[in-house]
Amino acid sequence: MNIDHHLDPATILAHAAGTLDEAFNVVVASHIAWCPACREAVRKASLIGGELLGKLAGTPVSENCRRQTLGLIDTATLHRFPKSPPADHAVPAPLAHLLGGQSLDGLKWKNKAPGLALYDLPLSSASHGKLFLMRISPGKAMPEHGHGGAEITLILSGAYNDKFGRFAQGDVADLDENIEHKPVVEMAAACICLVATEAPTRFKSWPARLIQPLIGI
Amino acid sequence: MLAVAWKMLKKDSLTDPNSEDQVARRLIHSVAKNLDREAFAGLFDTFSPRLKSFMIRKGASPDMAEDLVQETMISVWTKAGLYDPSKGSVLTWVFTIARNLRIDRIRKESSRPLAELGDYDAPSDEPGSDEVLARKQEAQTVARALAEIPVEQKAVLLLSFVEDVSQSEIARRLNLPLGTVKSRMRLAYDRLRKSLEPVH
Repeated sequence: MNIDHHLDPATILAHAAGTLDEAFNVVVASHIAWCPACREAVRKASLIGGELLGKLAGTPVSENCRRQTLGLIDTATLHRFPKSPPADHAVPAPLAHLLGGQSLDGLKWKNKAPGLALYDLPLSSASHGKLFLMRISPGKAMPEHGHGGAEITLILSGAYNDKFGRFAQGDVADLDENIEHKPVVEMAAACICLVATEAPTRFKSWPARLIQPLIGI
Repeated sequence: MLAVAWKMLKKDSLTDPNSEDQVARRLIHSVAKNLDREAFAGLFDTFSPRLKSFMIRKGASPDMAEDLVQETMISVWTKAGLYDPSKGSVLTWVFTIARNLRIDRIRKESSRPLAELGDYDAPSDEPGSDEVLARKQEAQTVARALAEIPVEQKAVLLLSFVEDVSQSEIARRLNLPLGTVKSRMRLAYDRLRKSLEPVH
């Protein structure tokens, strides 16, 4: 996999700090599962967390907490080896976990518009974002749109082009709220993406805005 | 024995973060290899007060904070065999465990909980032999970089890593455009990344 488009360093830091919304965490973790460069970037960013934790003044911990913890370790189950990630090259491990082993083809996609199908992924109620899979047919163009908030898209298969370049398997489009773009899917195959959004996508043209409630993104 | 050695070294380690890390690495190794309860008690005594502060800063009540300290330290015991010294300091490892437990706790407490997603981050790749040496110095390098960055960048890092505040909430609290918060994050990260680059 040749990855050309990476995460914004601000996103890397937010992920390492643990402050990303759940929807974004899944997309970021899925990209990281495929991208050694961003994986290393998160490792480096986590060093800040270790350093800041180390500098905190401590708060005394009760004797009860200490005694309980030392008592509980006897019955705790040891993790000896990390779980090996499933060897599925079509779906990164964190997404595979959410899909419970279903393949992308086997999902109940909802057709939202000609050439556009969506599949919503469940999130806990603590999340303020939206997480979904999007399948766009070969040659299809998305109407030009901006975003009411941040949006991160991970390309799972196929490819599209927009003013930022070509996005293919493993690439992420880590866009902030001010960006407008118009992705056009290549002719060779449908493009399947994993998308996290903070707020509803805002289409530029009136016809596109009219169909927005119908397609639900 | 190790716990005694720990207590003797603890005084110095307050001024020399690397020596604290070196002792903690030996204790982790002893827990992983021999299920050494005394070594674990040493780890508990050194990390749990800071972990408790950490959880309180993130908004946990004192009781909840102790609950999370307990959970974090039990993970330190059960996962000691997975700690890889080449990936960073013990504190960084403990930080990532605490961070993930806190995220899972928020999910579980939500009205629509989901099963735990597990550790999100895949392990990083094995470093080369020249890198292993450089990584031993990383904690010190990061400490120096953090001391040198402008205070407004450091504030954004503290709010993110310690106080658990999202970037949009930081923007709201500091009355700044979100773009400014993000560019401070990028500048801080850039500084850190450059300071960690091996010098040739």
